[in-house]
Amino acid sequence: MTLAIQLEDLRKTFAGEVRALDGVSFGVEPGTIFGLLGPNGAGKTTVVRILTTVLRADSGRAYVLGHDVMTEPVVVRTLIGLAGQNAAVDENLTGAENLWMVGRLNHMSRAHVSERSAQLLEQFSLADAANRPTKTYSGGMRRRLDVAASLVANPKVLFLDEPTTGLDPEGRADVWAMIESRVAEGTTVLLTTQYLEEADRLAEHLVVIDHGKVIASGTPASLKAGMGATVLDLGLADEPTALRAGEALKGVNEKAPAVYGRTVEVNVNDGPRVVTEALRILEAHGIVPTTLALREPSLDDVFLALTGKRTEVEEAEGLDGAPSSDGRRSRKRRSRSS
Amino acid sequence: MTTTAVPVPEAPLAAPSSGGGRLYWAVADTLTVTKRNLIAYTRLPEAVFFSSVQPVMFVLLFRYVFGGAIPTPGYHYVQFLMPGIFVQTVVFTSIGTSIGLAEDLQKGLIERFRALPMSRWAVLAGRTTADLCRSLFVMVLMTAVGYAVGYRIGTNVFEYLLGILLLLLFSYALSWGFAFIGLSAPNSETAQLMAFPILFPLVFASSAFVPLQSMPGWMQVWAKHQPVSIVVSAARDLMSGTPKPDLVFPPFTSIVSTGPTASTVLWAVVWSLGILAVLAPVSVRRYRRRAL
Repeated sequence: MTLAIQLEDLRKTFAGEVRALDGVSFGVEPGTIFGLLGPNGAGKTTVVRILTTVLRADSGRAYVLGHDVMTEPVVVRTLIGLAGQNAAVDENLTGAENLWMVGRLNHMSRAHVSERSAQLLEQFSLADAANRPTKTYSGGMRRRLDVAASLVANPKVLFLDEPTTGLDPEGRADVWAMIESRVAEGTTVLLTTQYLEEADRLAEHLVVIDHGKVIASGTPASLKAGMGATVLDLGLADEPTALRAGEALKGVNEKAPAVYGRTVEVNVNDGPRVVTEALRILEAHGIVPTTLALREPSLDDVFLALTGKRTEVEEAEGLDGAPSSDGRRSRKRRSRSS
Repeated sequence: MTTTAVPVPEAPLAAPSSGGGRLYWAVADTLTVTKRNLIAYTRLPEAVFFSSVQPVMFVLLFRYVFGGAIPTPGYHYVQFLMPGIFVQTVVFTSIGTSIGLAEDLQKGLIERFRALPMSRWAVLAGRTTADLCRSLFVMVLMTAVGYAVGYRIGTNVFEYLLGILLLLLFSYALSWGFAFIGLSAPNSETAQLMAFPILFPLVFASSAFVPLQSMPGWMQVWAKHQPVSIVVSAARDLMSGTPKPDLVFPPFTSIVSTGPTASTVLWAVVWSLGILAVLAPVSVRRYRRRAL
């Protein structure tokens, strides 16, 4: 069988120093959504650019529907659609003109382009703005137009590099619906994202890369299962208390607890026993948790365990010194579990 | 990966590269990109207006401020000046190519183009062709400005138009060079800054504004043989006519004229085609290979 996308030991170094890809291999089944996860600078965009023939790899091989991206780039380009990391629309053209340009450069007939473009503008709620220069568009509208442009030529393999970054929840839902409808028609989608929620919801298979290497792969469920059955979340009054609690709870489970701000997390297999024991230990140390929850592990936890990093959004908030990052994490989880 | 595969359906709307060969699509893609860039110019009337103001200022400056102090054997100064200003104008207009491509890079459009099954030449050919249209527009405007400040065609309309054609060819060739700069610059502001150190010695150390004989000897060696001077001489021959030995302007000077030869037009064409032949493939290679 032919995989929709196949990478074999792909390597790429930029300007002789930055090793962007250090031997990446994975395969994507046709007609599925494949999620490529990783922290900033992990090499996600480089993978997408090599697969879309935008960049050449230093070594290794990559195939799209069996065609080598290095030796048959012209064929590959007729099979793919790309929505790159920055919403690549010409801001001096209208939405309709942008789609016209991309369609014509895909060598579609004029009639066909205008039909497709009208369809897509409707589907992405851009019909009203179709004849306005895109410099008047909001960030979300540009991003939607960018994704629409990647679909003009009905690609068999679609590459979406962080397609929902900067979109509001409604716009994100539109893009998700579009991705799912494309896949229902047989398109293969490779998606990079910084939203674990998005990968969890859409992708059938995931690969996590960091420092240009694949560090985990599998279905969202299998990755989460590797984390242990449940996660015990303890909220403490302040950070020093959290650190003390983390120290005190070291023996409660074979995996050491992780401390993030005012939260202590313990991955456990038998929740109830650990909860009882944890509370007893904390009481002995004179520590009273402010919140306590047992929950299913999320991809956040997987990501954290694998890369030692929070997801990019939260990391950025942390850099701002916003103390709310813990609150944000738990809010996200609550919304997911509901 | 051992699971069974869902067969990939034949997409009925997949991009047909059928009908016509590579050349057909190269031309079609170039026209698409040209149209895209021309539409963009119509959406930026302010930019087009203000980029036209600068050459008009130069005309006024040299015609009415500096001109009276510059002796030009064989020509009235305005007759000497205007072909030089024309060349300066089209050369400066061609900087637009580097700015436009640097912007395309910055905004991720080059990334999009490189993933499309379009001709590898079309992005640059479309940009340079659109800038050629812009140069033509500016030349029409400058012809009117020239008339207004007292410039009169010294030959005939046919030769004047040949002169414009020559200038457009030269600016088109330079556009391909500026394409390389645009694709090498980190952003559009830097692209513009990178262009100026290259342009200044070409445009100002030339026979565009002053006669070569007024320069020191070492400067004359450069100024006489560099392409802008050669194109200026050719344009002056075609538009203002060859110099009249008995006419010296202002009348009180007495520099002996060494008029341009008839072969200057040929040399100007050779230079333009040479620049094009060397820089076009180099820039296309840059477009294909540049790291993003």
